[in-house]
Amino acid sequence: MKELTYVRPTDARDAVARVSDDPHARFLGGGTNLVDHLKLGLLTPDVLVDVSRLPLDEVTRLDDGTLRIGTNVRNSDLAAHPVVRSSYPAVTRALLAGASGQIRNQATTGGNLLQRTRCVYFQDVTTPCNKREPGSGCSAIGGYGRYDAVLGASEACVATHPSDLAVALAALDAVVVVLGRDGERRVPMSDFHRLPGHHPETDTTLAHGELVTSVELPPESALTRASDYRKVRDRASYAFALVSVAAALELDGDVVRDVRIAWGGVAHRPWRAAAAEEALRGETYSEEAVRAAAELELAAAVTGPDNAYKIPMVRNATAYALRGLADRSSERTGATR
Amino acid sequence: MTVQQARPVPNRAVGIASERVDGREKVTGLATYAAEHRDLQLDDPLHAWMVTSTIARGRVLRVDASAALALPGVERVLDHENAPRAASTDDRELAVLQDDRVGFRGQIVALVLAETPEAAREGARLVSVHYDAEPATVTLDAAGEDDFYAPEQVNAGHETDLEQGDVEAGLAGAAVRVEGRYSTPAEHNSPMEPHAATARWDGSVLTMYDSTQAVHAVAATLAPILGLEQSQLRVLAPYVGGGFGSKGLPHAPEVAAAMAAMAVEGRPVKLVVTRQQMFALTGYRPETISHVRIGAEPDGRIVALEHAAIGGTSRIKEYAEQTATAARMMYAGEHRRTTHRVAALDVAVPSWMRAPGEMPGMFALEVALDELAEACGVDPVDLRVRNEPELDPETGNPYNDRRLVECLQRGAERFGWADRPTSPQAIVDGDWWVGTGVASATYPTLWMPGNTARITADEDGRYGVAIGAVDIGTGARTVLAQIAADALDVDVASIDLAIGDTDLPAATVAGGSAGTGSWGTAIVQAAQQFRADHGDTPDPGVQTTGTAESYPDSVGHALHSFGATFAEVRVHRWTGELRVTRLLGVYSVGRVINPTTARSQFLGGLIMGLSGALFEESVRDSRFGHVVTQDLATYHVASHADVRGLEVDWLDEEDHLATPMGSRGVGEIGIVGTAAAIANAAHHATGVRVRDLPLTADLFLDVPPLP
Amino acid sequence: MDTSITLTVDGRRHDVVVDTRTTLLDALRERLAVTSAKKGCDHGQCGSCTVLLEGRRHLTCLTLAVAHDGDEIVTAAGVSALEGGAGDDAPTSLHPLQEAFLAHDGLQCGYCTPGQVCSAIGMLDEAKQGHPSHVTDDLEESVDPADLDDDEVRERMSGNLCRCGAYGGIVDAIREVAGGAPREGQPDRPAQPEREAAR
Repeated sequence: MKELTYVRPTDARDAVARVSDDPHARFLGGGTNLVDHLKLGLLTPDVLVDVSRLPLDEVTRLDDGTLRIGTNVRNSDLAAHPVVRSSYPAVTRALLAGASGQIRNQATTGGNLLQRTRCVYFQDVTTPCNKREPGSGCSAIGGYGRYDAVLGASEACVATHPSDLAVALAALDAVVVVLGRDGERRVPMSDFHRLPGHHPETDTTLAHGELVTSVELPPESALTRASDYRKVRDRASYAFALVSVAAALELDGDVVRDVRIAWGGVAHRPWRAAAAEEALRGETYSEEAVRAAAELELAAAVTGPDNAYKIPMVRNATAYALRGLADRSSERTGATR
Repeated sequence: MTVQQARPVPNRAVGIASERVDGREKVTGLATYAAEHRDLQLDDPLHAWMVTSTIARGRVLRVDASAALALPGVERVLDHENAPRAASTDDRELAVLQDDRVGFRGQIVALVLAETPEAAREGARLVSVHYDAEPATVTLDAAGEDDFYAPEQVNAGHETDLEQGDVEAGLAGAAVRVEGRYSTPAEHNSPMEPHAATARWDGSVLTMYDSTQAVHAVAATLAPILGLEQSQLRVLAPYVGGGFGSKGLPHAPEVAAAMAAMAVEGRPVKLVVTRQQMFALTGYRPETISHVRIGAEPDGRIVALEHAAIGGTSRIKEYAEQTATAARMMYAGEHRRTTHRVAALDVAVPSWMRAPGEMPGMFALEVALDELAEACGVDPVDLRVRNEPELDPETGNPYNDRRLVECLQRGAERFGWADRPTSPQAIVDGDWWVGTGVASATYPTLWMPGNTARITADEDGRYGVAIGAVDIGTGARTVLAQIAADALDVDVASIDLAIGDTDLPAATVAGGSAGTGSWGTAIVQAAQQFRADHGDTPDPGVQTTGTAESYPDSVGHALHSFGATFAEVRVHRWTGELRVTRLLGVYSVGRVINPTTARSQFLGGLIMGLSGALFEESVRDSRFGHVVTQDLATYHVASHADVRGLEVDWLDEEDHLATPMGSRGVGEIGIVGTAAAIANAAHHATGVRVRDLPLTADLFLDVPPLP
Repeated sequence: MDTSITLTVDGRRHDVVVDTRTTLLDALRERLAVTSAKKGCDHGQCGSCTVLLEGRRHLTCLTLAVAHDGDEIVTAAGVSALEGGAGDDAPTSLHPLQEAFLAHDGLQCGYCTPGQVCSAIGMLDEAKQGHPSHVTDDLEESVDPADLDDDEVRERMSGNLCRCGAYGGIVDAIREVAGGAPREGQPDRPAQPEREAAR
């Protein structure tokens, strides 16, 4: 860990200016991933700009019903928030499926989205990794591949994004609010994380010095209320996803009025299964239809011996998640399927 | 009168469930582990950080420490050219920084000493090591057939091969045959306390707090390397945060700490192995592959049994896991062949991990038994009962008190085995397949000679009992006081026990499930000698020291413990996730000295077995040569949420052939057979037979219905 | 770069010089000789370094000491002084949860134990505030510490690994202190895997 300067501005604009002006400065939030990286030698910043105590720690409902979540709301507080629990259960479920109680008390909303892959080679500075050291090669290709991406990977990188929360936010069409030197901009979740392409070193579309200040969830609806998150993992708790599914389903009788599906553990970013959603929307709900829709989304998947299991696993997990939502829908309406 | 041999003692304190005597220090965190000592002038240490090799084989050409030495706070950087010379380099694992050879990726190639841990870590990052890399062989797959050889013996001194009868003829003539290849991956002990040492050299004595299972063994092993007399090393280990075998033998970091301390005379040095470095430098259970062939009568009685085990070892130091030894004594059968072959690889040095041999070997054998039961249409419990030998098949000796059948039957009753459907895929509960499985467990009763205990009469009817034993969490500190109390016929409260220090009488390792039995025998013998010397009302200050060289009652018997493990698992029909919902172990281990601490040992073994069944796998990258799942986020061990529905039971018995206390060991048997019981239950649940650990979710996706 | 901060640890105020790189855990262990917080992995993967930081359970290995100037920390050595504890800081007094750990043998080697103790205290406080968990069936239902069953306790404590496998005793100890239905002897009641159902 290199010697570094620590500063704690009291104003978000100062923080942004401080990092924007210095290519060797980084924001420090909850620290659960960044401090880890400092110790592993992955990052060697000269300056840490602590934004974790900026007053961006409130959950507020805007006049139009949008739920604004300050970037410094801790994961545990967000999960326990009464509005989130009742109106956006996929968010609470995703948060509670991640990390541990202690880490959720520490990790922030923005930091959660900005956490980096847990690919074992990325975290091991003694092995080549294009994400860590562009041009050095990808050790995961031809190496340990159990957690590797099956969708949207490139020859440069097969890493997966580790966040649970981001998958739920992707499914619910959240918007990330970002403050830069030139003011605020709003980035839909679908444009926030990148696929690796030739530049796996870049995880998101943020510029250096841009600070996530809040995340906004659209006004609650029948769809957001009927949302859920299912995570498949080796250990029963305190483990990253093999695959995960955030889903929301609104049925009109048997007919899928609207549906949202996003996958975790399959790609370099939360994977919104748009083709699967399209295939289901307006169709009669059935388990077979969901499986077929998932297969459609997975048609472009590329797998190796270590991660081929993710295809049936994510397909089944999707069917399982939607079945749970469909069952609850019919409980509510008294309909039988 | 001289007490030549400890005599059995009536139990008063022994057998009573009592609270862990060092629990208060532990629940407050005030117990001090190897990196937490400030006494003995260990305040203000230099912090040592290891630089480890990034090639698997070759030579160090040059260590450039200039950038590191330029950092404020960095005091010294030791490498193979400037480190103190070892007096002996016979043990290449322990010949730290003695030459330019690299034998595995992760080997120590430099050591940074700095005023703060931050400076030490950064200094290590800045040390630049230049190598001449050579082609390396790091996996069993890459090893050629010619690379496998028969070691002279396997771990714990067992014979490499053993052949009885004519296995091929027996198999050829058998009515039923099953055959399979079973494997267990490399596993890391991963105690919660990382290996660590704090050492100080004052010019004549090296004092070292160490995280070890054997203080005297550390002194005895390190002294000739450091060129010291054993009396010049004082090793202390008052508290040790688990070991499970990895702290049973000294490893390279302890040598590095000692060497560094001698290089900076007068200044203490603290070295804490990072969690990642533990995956290369502190031992591990090597990968095993077992080929098992069984021939049986139609009713399941075994006629011929072959267990051929292969595995990997390190080219710089041989360790051969005794994978096939349990097959020598477990079941009846006329024809038998057990063999071990290893390939020397350019990998880190494997070593002991809880129940070496029995854990992987009994996984293979007990899954094979389940397959035999299926092939014969015999209940798996009955099959094991039918194959009960009268005499030990390996030696022909009578058993001490073999009660496997009783364990199986008691377990079956308690578990509700009778209600179990015969065929797989018979139970569906919601989204889950449900299944149950059984496996036997066994562990040899080892007894280590040479333990010495000292009994001292103190004021007010108190007694000091001293022995250099180590409590790594087993409860030794609690149970040895109970043993001493009975041996002296006084209350436990009158005993002042001292352990964990080479200034105390010599003791053997806390390992092989032999610590309590071996140390306890020495305490009993010393106590009996004490009473013979000083009577029942000794003058304060008198003392007696006794050494237990043997416990001859055991001669001529096959001494083993036994057990039966029953598992219930649920496998998610959609996602393949496997959860163990019930686990029962019933054990025959002689006298249980303290039911509270023994129960925790059994539970701990069962949980480590569960963890190995479902999660643990040290993945070695075939290109680089090191374990890439080298932390606790990628090398999963069981968490709270994975551990449900555990039960432990044991038979009420005593075994005075084993020890004067009537006890055998309890530390290892809980892990044995557990993974097999879980794999067998998973087969019962789903019909999927898994022969390779761990049992991960991907193996149970889209399970087809049985015909 | 050295900087001076103030930490209150187990009721005692310390002015301490730390490097900006010093983690809170290393500040406690190496600079203040407070070794009740243990270093098991140094990467947030085991929970051994858990303390109560400003009243909440928190890892100390993944945070920099300099970011905690003025903060209050309670380790397992100081929890007896907390509400519900014995009320003084004499080394002989224990928090009821620590007494329960002893009674249920919820420990073996003891290395993860201080972290388990702090985590359990923080966890029960979270439950008191109504926090749900991964295995909570109905997210809108209120939560009460006394209602936490084994599966709830296990899930909420899963950030604290114990390689010795003292989990059963730890869960028993926590449930006893939480005031829920007492458990009998061995932790042998059937589990409820459906609850977890690949969630």
